[in-house]
Amino acid sequence: MSDLIALVGDVVAHYNQWITVFLMVSGLYIVIARGNMVKKLVGLSLFQTSVYLLYISAGKILSGTAPIIDPHFTVYSHPLPHVLILTAIVVGIATLAVGLALVVRINEAYGTIEEDEIFKRDDDR
Amino acid sequence: MIGEQLPALQVVVPLLGALLVALIRRPTAAWLVTVVVSLAMPVISALLLLRVLNQGVISYHLGGWDPSIGIEYRVDIVNALILLLVSSVAAVIAPFARLSVLSEIPEDRIGWFYAMYLVSLAGLLGIAITGDAFNAFVFLEISSLSSYVLIAMGRDRRALVAAYQYLIMGTIGASFYVIGVGLLYIMTGTLNLNLIAERIGAVESLRPVLAALAFIIVGISLKLALFPLHVWLPNAYAYAPSVATIFLAATATKVAIYLFARFIFSVFGAGFVFADLPVTPILVALSVAAIFGASTVAVFQSDVKRMFAYSSVGQVGYITLGLALATTTGVTGGLVHLLNHAMIKATIFMGLGAVFFRVGRIEFQDIAGIGRRMPITMSAVAVACLSLIGVPGTAGFVSKWYLVVASLEVGWWWLAFLIVLSTMITVVYVGRLIECAWFREPSREVAAIEEAPTEMLAPICLLAAATVYFGIDTGLTAGMAERAANALLSGLR
Repeated sequence: MSDLIALVGDVVAHYNQWITVFLMVSGLYIVIARGNMVKKLVGLSLFQTSVYLLYISAGKILSGTAPIIDPHFTVYSHPLPHVLILTAIVVGIATLAVGLALVVRINEAYGTIEEDEIFKRDDDR
Repeated sequence: MIGEQLPALQVVVPLLGALLVALIRRPTAAWLVTVVVSLAMPVISALLLLRVLNQGVISYHLGGWDPSIGIEYRVDIVNALILLLVSSVAAVIAPFARLSVLSEIPEDRIGWFYAMYLVSLAGLLGIAITGDAFNAFVFLEISSLSSYVLIAMGRDRRALVAAYQYLIMGTIGASFYVIGVGLLYIMTGTLNLNLIAERIGAVESLRPVLAALAFIIVGISLKLALFPLHVWLPNAYAYAPSVATIFLAATATKVAIYLFARFIFSVFGAGFVFADLPVTPILVALSVAAIFGASTVAVFQSDVKRMFAYSSVGQVGYITLGLALATTTGVTGGLVHLLNHAMIKATIFMGLGAVFFRVGRIEFQDIAGIGRRMPITMSAVAVACLSLIGVPGTAGFVSKWYLVVASLEVGWWWLAFLIVLSTMITVVYVGRLIECAWFREPSREVAAIEEAPTEMLAPICLLAAATVYFGIDTGLTAGMAERAANALLSGLR
């Protein structure tokens, strides 16, 4: 029984990592399993979001405050991961924007954004 | 004074050039800026290479921050060589680009095309020059995002789907890479490649480091189109505008291979990756599968560009094969083939670009007999094709020679046999093009075609001559590659 409690405690204590793993896997699954190009991009975004969480979790220090120098505090969270992820978020937005722009153009050219349909139409020609 | 700033200039100049082009947007002016920037690039990288040869490794601290917290640009013999390759190819493409882009891109988008081209160039040079793992990710995405746009500008609507698929796979690859970097950062507390390499020894048996290695290898393998992660490449190359195909085929996968080599040799260390883990058999198996699988598929293509795109997947196999052997000769062979293949594929795709400029299509049936109407272009392509096969006296022979010797050195005679055997498949698909171009009667349409204009011919012939020259004088390619291989294998830079 105590083993089980320890295990549960372990899982709960690392809940942020579990969320990361869940988002990562579900995002990747959506990218692979869905044929709708917008849904694929949503999955891709989820996948990228999990990476943000991975980095941010690493920068968090228990009982640490935001990294702003103040005489009342001595323990700060590590600021570097936040800065890195700010960059990664910008990259993610740019990727999503380019991806959606491509989907708009694909919709104009093919009249659909379902992958099977598109491949079928190209094969028919 | 300016000599100290060369590493930053290598990236900043094309980036500012892109901005300038995006502001001007007039086709001719945009092209002129692109030419000036592209011609300045090899000058900078040649100066960097000379400095590295004279003074050793250059360490450039961006903004004066210490490498432990800031971004460091670090140039050693390995990436100096890659920088020179990428910038030289860009310099040769730029004069060629004007007519090709004019004929393939709608006029209002030409400015944007050049802007994206320069951004992509800046990104690739950035990956090669940076000594910071996260900075490399940002540059990877800069070059990738702009290359998605370049590909999507192709005339065929399938270019859009190809760009979309590349975007999905490329982003997954980049995210895998950044997950790996994140794990390394958690374990070592630094993003500087050099410092990671110093600190990784203490933690290398821990699971996060193994996971990091797996994520990074898979992520970069997606980018370098290692079989079976290559599915994005053939369509992307086939439907992209000619200039984009030339540029991407000659540089993008090569820079990814550099990053791959940098991580497995300099950061993780050959001793860890190859001696403790079964990476060699996996990589050799995938490389051989790439060489045979992709080359065989290439034989059955009806689109010439697509055929050479599949050929590129196969040729990447040779490069990774050399790296996987992890001996001096093997890595030298891989790096020489990286350089040679970039030149060869640039020549071939440029020739095809010139044919496309004249004919407007690039299927086999459309270009029958083209060799008689465009003899100089097709001769240059034929020379490059011979080099692709590895005929003695061409650059391709040098790299195949190194690879065969390397596999004999480790006692894998069957591998040497397979390398020679795979050459036969290359002969088949290259032979198809030669037969189609020279030995068939030109159709009425083709018979009315003239030779490509001089401003296209000159770059093609220059590169074709280079593939022959580097087959005879191997000082710059094989000599440098050997020094680079030694630098990589000696672990810490």
